[in-house]
Amino acid sequence: MKATRLQLRRKLTGRIMGALAYLAAAAAVLPLLLVFGYLLLKGASSVNLDFFLHMPRPVGVPGGGMANAIIGTLMLVGVASLLGVPIGIGAGMYLAEHGNAPLATSVRFLADVLNGLPSIVIGIFAWQLLVRPVGHFSAAAGGIALGLMMIPTVTRTTEEMVLTVPTALREAALALGYARWRTALRIVLPTALGGVITGVLIAVARVAGETAPLLFTSLGNQFWSVSLTQPISAIPLQVFNYAISAYDELHAQAWAGAVVLIALVLVISLGARAVVGRGFARGND
Amino acid sequence: MSDLAQERALEPARAATGTTAIETERLSVFYGAKEALKQVSIAIPAREVVAFIGPSGCGKSTLLRSLNRMNDRVPDARVQGRVLFDGQDIYGPDVDAVEIRRRIGMVFQRANPFPKSIFDNVAFGPRINGYTGKLADVVERALRQAAAWDELKDRLRQSAVGLSGGQQQRVCIARALAVEPEVLLMDEPASALDPISTQQIEELIYALKQTLTVVIVTHNMQQAARVSDRTAFLYMGELVEYGATQELFTRPTEPRTEAYITGRFG
Repeated sequence: MKATRLQLRRKLTGRIMGALAYLAAAAAVLPLLLVFGYLLLKGASSVNLDFFLHMPRPVGVPGGGMANAIIGTLMLVGVASLLGVPIGIGAGMYLAEHGNAPLATSVRFLADVLNGLPSIVIGIFAWQLLVRPVGHFSAAAGGIALGLMMIPTVTRTTEEMVLTVPTALREAALALGYARWRTALRIVLPTALGGVITGVLIAVARVAGETAPLLFTSLGNQFWSVSLTQPISAIPLQVFNYAISAYDELHAQAWAGAVVLIALVLVISLGARAVVGRGFARGND
Repeated sequence: MSDLAQERALEPARAATGTTAIETERLSVFYGAKEALKQVSIAIPAREVVAFIGPSGCGKSTLLRSLNRMNDRVPDARVQGRVLFDGQDIYGPDVDAVEIRRRIGMVFQRANPFPKSIFDNVAFGPRINGYTGKLADVVERALRQAAAWDELKDRLRQSAVGLSGGQQQRVCIARALAVEPEVLLMDEPASALDPISTQQIEELIYALKQTLTVVIVTHNMQQAARVSDRTAFLYMGELVEYGATQELFTRPTEPRTEAYITGRFG
C-alpha cells in the first residue's frame, strides 16, 4: 500500500518530535558533563597524594594539601547524618503510614518549607542557637546545621519510597501476627531501603557541598582538628577561601578541592549502593 | 435471611462435631456509608473446609477479612455485630488484633512472598512468635505441609520472588502454616494460577483439614465443590444460603442460589 500524504506528514512530525526529545535529554545532562570535564581539566593535575595527606602550606612552599578539610567534611557530614537520617526516615515513615492524618498534612507542608529555606538562613539559625550561647564556633554546630538541611530531603524521599511498597506485603506480615510497628520495621523499611538510601545519599551529596551554613558555624580552620567543639575546616570552605585569594598556586588547590569533593560524594554513593544492593539481593534481614 | 434460615445456617456446625471454630453473629461491615456485609450469621465448624461463593462484590472477601480483623487497616471500614473465636468476640475492647491474626492465618489472592529467601519467608512468623526450637525443623514441617518441600528443599537460600506463581503461593501457605494457626483463611488462593498448580493447592487444602480449619473464598464453583465440606452463598452482602456442599450444589433451597450455581447470573 502506498503511503498517503497524511501518513507521510505524521511520520515526519513523529521523527521531528522524537529528535527534539533526544536533544532535550542531551541538553539536560550536558551541564553535568561540562562541569566534570572542566573540573578535571583544571584540577586533576593538582590532585596527588600530598593533597590528601598534607596540611595547607604557605604560598611558595610546595606539597601543600587539604588533609584537614577532607577530614573536616567527613566529620561534618557524619554529624549531619546522625541527626538528619534517623529523624528524616522516621518522619518519612510516619507520613507514608499515617498520610491522611491532619498532623501529617502539616508535617508534609512544613518539610517542604524547610526544604526551600535558603541555606544561609539555616546557618544564621544554628549560629544563634549553638554558637552564640557557647561563645565560639564549633564542628558540632556546623554538623547540626547541615543535619537540619538533610531532614526534609530524607523525609520526603522516604515517604515516596515507603508508599511504593505493595499493600500485599504489609498484609502478609500482619496476617502472621506482626504488629504494625514491627511490620513497618521488618518488611516495609527493608523493602523500600534501596530508594531510602538513594534519598539519604542525595541529601548527603547536597550538604557536603554547602558553604553558606558553615560560615557561621564551623567557620573553618587552618590547622588539624578532629574536635567537635572546635572550629573545623571543610572542603567547600577551603575552596572558597582559596578561590578568592590572589595566588595561582592556591587557585590550583581550589580546583583540586572541587575535584576531590565531587569524587568523595561519588565514592560515598557508589559504596553505599553496593553494600545495600548486595545485602538486599541475598534476601537477608 | 429469615430467622428460620438463620437457624439452619448455624445448625450444621453444632450438629457435626460439636465444636465451632469461628462464628459470626449479625455481622455487618460498612465501607463509609456502603454496607458491604449485612447482618451475616455463620458458624464455621472446626477442622472442616468452608467455601464462600458468590459474584464479585457480594461481600465474600469482606466476610473473610473480617474474621481476622484484616479490615482494621482500611481507613473507613466499620464493623457491627460479633465474631466469636475461642469464646470471645474478636472485636471486643480488650482483644489484641495481632494475637488474633497469629491464631487465624491468611493466604491472599496473589502470592505475596517477601523479597527474602524461601527459608526466611517461612521462618518469618516463628522468629517473632517466641518459637524456641530449631527454625530449620519448623521450616521443613511447614513446607512439607504445603506440599512444597520436595521441590524446594535444595533451594531454601534462594529468593522466593524468583519462583513460579504456584511455588510462590505454596511458600506463602507454608509461611502462614509455620506459625501454627488454628484457622487458615484463603482469599481466592488459586485464581492467579495455572490448572496444575491449582490442583496442587486444592489437594493441599484437602489435607490441611486434618489439623486445622480452612475458610476459602473462591470464584470457581467447581473448586468449591471439590474442596469444601460446606458452602456459603453470598449475594449483595447477604448470606443467602449455607449448608453441606453436596446439598447446596444439588438441591439448593433458595432460588437465588440455584440461579447462581446454574450460571444464570454472576
